[in-house]
Amino acid sequence: MSVEVSRVESSASAHDTPPSSAPPAFRVADAVVEYDRKPVVRGVSFEIPHGEVVAVLGANGSGKSTLMRAMLGVVPLASGSVEIHGRPVRGFRDWGRIGYVPQRLSVGGGVPATVREVVASGQVARRRRWRRASAADRAAVEHALESVGLTDRARDSVHELSGGQQQRVLIARALAGGPDTFVMDEPMAGVDAANQQALARTIADLARSGATVVLVLHELGPLAPLIERAVMLSDGVVVHDGPPGGLLSSSPHLHPHTSDAASLPAAPALEVPLRD
Amino acid sequence: MTDLFAYDFMQRALIAALLVGLVAPAIGTFMVQRRLALLGDGIGHIALTGVALGILTSTSPIFTALIVSAAGALLIELVRVRTRTSGDVALALLFYGGIAGGVLLIGLAPGANTATLTSFLFGSVSTVSTEDVYAVIALAVIVLGVLAFFGRELFVLCQDEEVARAHGLPVRLLSAVIAITAAVTVVIAMRVVGVLLVSALMVVPVAAAQQLTRSFRVTVALAMGIGVVASLGGVSAAFYSGADISPGAAIVLLALAVFAVSVGVGQVVRRRRGRGPVPQKGAEAVPAGTIPQTKPGSLDPGSPST
Repeated sequence: MSVEVSRVESSASAHDTPPSSAPPAFRVADAVVEYDRKPVVRGVSFEIPHGEVVAVLGANGSGKSTLMRAMLGVVPLASGSVEIHGRPVRGFRDWGRIGYVPQRLSVGGGVPATVREVVASGQVARRRRWRRASAADRAAVEHALESVGLTDRARDSVHELSGGQQQRVLIARALAGGPDTFVMDEPMAGVDAANQQALARTIADLARSGATVVLVLHELGPLAPLIERAVMLSDGVVVHDGPPGGLLSSSPHLHPHTSDAASLPAAPALEVPLRD
Repeated sequence: MTDLFAYDFMQRALIAALLVGLVAPAIGTFMVQRRLALLGDGIGHIALTGVALGILTSTSPIFTALIVSAAGALLIELVRVRTRTSGDVALALLFYGGIAGGVLLIGLAPGANTATLTSFLFGSVSTVSTEDVYAVIALAVIVLGVLAFFGRELFVLCQDEEVARAHGLPVRLLSAVIAITAAVTVVIAMRVVGVLLVSALMVVPVAAAQQLTRSFRVTVALAMGIGVVASLGGVSAAFYSGADISPGAAIVLLALAVFAVSVGVGQVVRRRRGRGPVPQKGAEAVPAGTIPQTKPGSLDPGSPST
């Protein structure tokens, strides 16, 4: 039911998205990723059109995080191809359009950094050398801080924040670069209920503004109402690709490549628990 | 204070010490954040091979040390990335290779023995020549220039390598930039504190600064300040003690003393800062954090049965 609500919202925001002639945000074709010669992602294909909110689902070890890393060019492909906005990932240069939200804030060697410093570092792909931040850059940082509700913590060290607040810092860092394509790795992991709601609202705003959002999740959780499409991985292959509603009931007999067509009325609005 | 500046050799020593104190903690902050705190030490050991090579071939030891330690720093990066060796093992391999190479090569040099290496092991700031000072100035300008040029990218890289890749940053190039900049810094600092203590000036001021700061930028600035104070203090102490005190050792011990003090001060400051709002926040946060965690798991399945 909540899925239907989000559909209405997303169709209302359809004018914001570029014309259908724009290349898809991501095009993954027969992607194979291997660690130590052992395939972890085994021939995955899908396209994510501009403006779609997609969940990449799967249990631990299903290859979903590896797939996401391959989509960003962080790990190399053994075979197949990945295109970002119509360019092969190796030749993609417009990284300012991509906002990556890692699973957790890395502590590194423990050198402190303020919330504002970390958020502003999200602009690294678009800032010019030797220039101080422009008024627009600073405004983007302020706006990013505001939209995750951390303006009053801007001068605090990120290490002093709770896990949920750190997660919001990471989302703000992605926002500060002004991207139109977000890739988020388990944004709800380790976040308490109140913060989960705040995060869900932020991601809903992104979706409404026409951004492409790819969420790597192990369960839909509080983000369920936002998600238009779920790509489910198991053992490195796609076992479901379609609306999230009928995930469990329809997954066994769906072929990965024909699943787009199969997503018509196939999903009865059954409230099936998605995991366990 | 006036007699300190009355001697030319002391002026040169103080300039060298000032620059080393300024530069080493600046690159050191990035190395500490990248968990490569001992990289400087590894490069220092390799630099010893370079020094021996310079003596053996009768070229400037600073020049050969620069080439060999830059190559060694790149090798550490390669070993770290290419072989499945963890960073500390890669460093260890180079530590021992560097020392062994240095001792071997110096033995081959006519008229030189391991005692020749001693001044490089422990530093000999009082024998810094005018040419050395120019070399140190040039290298310091290069290091600070590189950090200013790449600072923003290096911050992202040292924070999280995967994020850096997802920003499309040239991660390998930037890693090499850190390694080579560290190598240049080691060679600058070699004459002042010696290769055995070089890493201390890259790490200890940073460790001291981060006890007191919340911002990366302020940490870099404060670490540089601590580095300068320790370097000038150490060289001065050596001068006034009538050369009974080794300047390198005095510099490092001063930096360690600053670290000890800032640990204490940092704890007091944090406690005072936390005394107002934090305990309240903590008291609220504990139930807020624990109840939602237990609720879906244990309360929900339990509630139908009870």
